[in-house]
Amino acid sequence: MAIAMRVRAGSGEIKVLMTHPSENGLRKDAKTGQVVPAHFVKNVSVAVNGKTVMAGEWGGGVSKDPYLSFKVKGLKAGDKITVNAEDNTGDKGSVEATAS
Amino acid sequence: MNTQRRHFIQGAASASLVATAIAAGLLKPGQVLADWNTAGFTATKAADALAAIGATSATESKDIIVKAPDIAENGSVVPVEVVTTLPNVESIAILGEKNANPLIAQYQLTDFDGMLSTRMKLGQTANVRAVVKAGGKIYTAAKEVKVTVGGCGG
Repeated sequence: MAIAMRVRAGSGEIKVLMTHPSENGLRKDAKTGQVVPAHFVKNVSVAVNGKTVMAGEWGGGVSKDPYLSFKVKGLKAGDKITVNAEDNTGDKGSVEATAS
Repeated sequence: MNTQRRHFIQGAASASLVATAIAAGLLKPGQVLADWNTAGFTATKAADALAAIGATSATESKDIIVKAPDIAENGSVVPVEVVTTLPNVESIAILGEKNANPLIAQYQLTDFDGMLSTRMKLGQTANVRAVVKAGGKIYTAAKEVKVTVGGCGG
């Protein structure tokens, strides 16, 4: 299943929000007592006009529905922002936006 | 020589080779292996995680500010912002020093402009540590966050 995400960019800042359980594989289900299997985003990358400005590696310690923002030098209106992500099960997500 | 950056550039080059291989039908997308610091993310002690990201001898820096709440009522969602005035930032890593797996995230950065923020889990009251590589040197700073309800389960 594709990883759902959104990206917004403007005023020198890129913000990414994903919908993902981010299970670290340590938590037990309160009802069954069974360990919930690990399911988290491992890799996330952001490119501006095709140039990678951020290549991130995440562990299960990133919160559910991961959020990331950072500032990039020289970001301007009209720049094309591309975000790619992949989780530990091989699910992928990709989204594009234009900086405002 | 800046070996981490070399590694990163080589990684990017091999990634594009992989993309070419996919386009040529040689590999299925599900087989692609991206870079992931297995030793760092599976380490169970902060010192081991720091060693795995090459930050054992990091210098404490006042040019890095770790912004996080003094008290986190819910340890499963702790906003953390790393602000730095250090020039030529190459990478930033974030750790929760007493988490079951202390390394939370690691970012390689280009054209970085001084601010990165994310939301992390904290299992218990602990230092949130940022490790910043800038100009080939490793710097670090930390802030203690008190946790009333842990966010790592188990």
